[in-house]
Amino acid sequence: MDLAFSRRKWMNQMMAALTALWAALVLAPLFLVLAFLMRTGLSAINLEFFTALPGPAGERGGGMANAIVGTVYLLSLASALGVPVGVLAGIFLAEYPNTRLAHLTRFTADVLNGTPSIIMGLFAYTLVVLPLRHFSALAGGVALGVILIPTVVRTTEEIVRLVPQSVREASLALGIPQWKTTLRVVIPTAATGIVTGIMVGLARIAGETAPLLFTAFGNRFWNWDPLQPIAALPIQIFAYAISPFDDWHRQAWAGALVLVTMLLLVNVAARTAAGRQVNLR
Amino acid sequence: MDSLTAAERLSAPALAALIERTGGIQVRELHAWFDRLHALRGISLQIPPRKVTAIIGPSGCGKSTFLRCLNRMHELVAGARVAGQVLLDGQDVYAPGVDPVLVRRRIGMVFQKPNPFPTMSIYDNVAAGWKLVGQRNRRRLDEIVERSLRAAALWDEVKDRLHRPGTSLSGGQQQRLCIARALAVSPEVLLMDEPASALDPASTLRIEELARQLAETVTIAIVTHNMQQAARLSDFTGFFLDGELIEFGTTQQIFTTPGDRRTGEYITGRFG
Repeated sequence: MDLAFSRRKWMNQMMAALTALWAALVLAPLFLVLAFLMRTGLSAINLEFFTALPGPAGERGGGMANAIVGTVYLLSLASALGVPVGVLAGIFLAEYPNTRLAHLTRFTADVLNGTPSIIMGLFAYTLVVLPLRHFSALAGGVALGVILIPTVVRTTEEIVRLVPQSVREASLALGIPQWKTTLRVVIPTAATGIVTGIMVGLARIAGETAPLLFTAFGNRFWNWDPLQPIAALPIQIFAYAISPFDDWHRQAWAGALVLVTMLLLVNVAARTAAGRQVNLR
Repeated sequence: MDSLTAAERLSAPALAALIERTGGIQVRELHAWFDRLHALRGISLQIPPRKVTAIIGPSGCGKSTFLRCLNRMHELVAGARVAGQVLLDGQDVYAPGVDPVLVRRRIGMVFQKPNPFPTMSIYDNVAAGWKLVGQRNRRRLDEIVERSLRAAALWDEVKDRLHRPGTSLSGGQQQRLCIARALAVSPEVLLMDEPASALDPASTLRIEELARQLAETVTIAIVTHNMQQAARLSDFTGFFLDGELIEFGTTQQIFTTPGDRRTGEYITGRFG
């Protein structure tokens, strides 16, 4: 074989191996984090961790049941705000893409998307905490909801845009009005993708800590009242991690493991749903 | 070759009078634009009722745009504009106050690529034109679905799997499903925009047979780039070039004794 050719072939293999190596490096952090959390957090995970309230300072035992439930509670509040606003705005952007309002909304969503989450926390603090004069689950939900909106807006827009023009035209040519076409043809076609976008957005805000510090605030007890402070996993992890007690440190690791596992499951579920996405030609 | 104009050959006034009474389409000085691009430059022609009218011409000559102007689909494209008249039963579909939605219920359309609704079953695809505007009577819908699928020569192939997805059918079946869907709302006119260009020869032939049959009850206007198809299928043919109607006449006239040199050159394959 000619020398130049075998040299090229060797170079090609080298480069392929190199890119594969970097791809593997991208995977490494996730697996390292998971492995590390398993090693340090698994020992503190037991039934009590999922069922009990936090114990008194310095004593062994206790759990994070209220924080796990609190995170789900906050995510529900955030969804109640972020999902309708985000989905409807996203549909508007996709269906009327070149209006002045659409350009403005898209730009705003992108700016919001890049805004540090602590600023959103300050926003919710000013909007909800100051007028009510105390921290509350509602304030935390508003903070997370406002962070959720831009993500949902942009993913919804992308997905609705993927619905082929030919499908819209088929409906319009049947004499179905524009709004019914959007509602009954376009949105059902995009539904799986929209849900996937919402789940990815929820996974993103589930781990937010900074905006909760001065809105939801955290709580060592059960709370179901939206106007009272509520516990959340990230706050609890933060509080335990900076505490001086070894048992709390171990519980912080366990909390982190539970949180990361939850996020992983949500992401896998979103992926699976996306895999079942209606075949958009 | 004689040198009569298209209008003289057709004895236009007589035909126009016929159309006005029976649901054909009369087009008068129709212009269309995409932003600055003047895509149709003053088209006037008559689409006779319950006949197949073929629109032929090279790519980019405006034949699809012309079809889309007839049921007010052209205006959905950003930057698109229309001027002129399209008379259906003597009434201008572009007259102020005419709702395009109602125009489209009377003038149905079948597209180049089969486009069944991806989330809907075969049944729901056909029923869509009724269900989505509020018809809920199950018996009535069953009736419409069966009648439309029979009319589209698809009933026997799908009657046992009406609730499978519309996209599970083959390309040719999907196109007949789209025809059934268009027929379900009982249009007076059916516009077909190269309905067989994405299909294999056998499916193409079925679509052509179907168009012929449908012309007994529905006015058909079909855009095609396939001249054999136009010759086999149509009663009347219009030849478009660069946004202008060069010639319109009976298909036999156009294909045997074209009145314009360019028509002759196009149908003998010298360009296009």
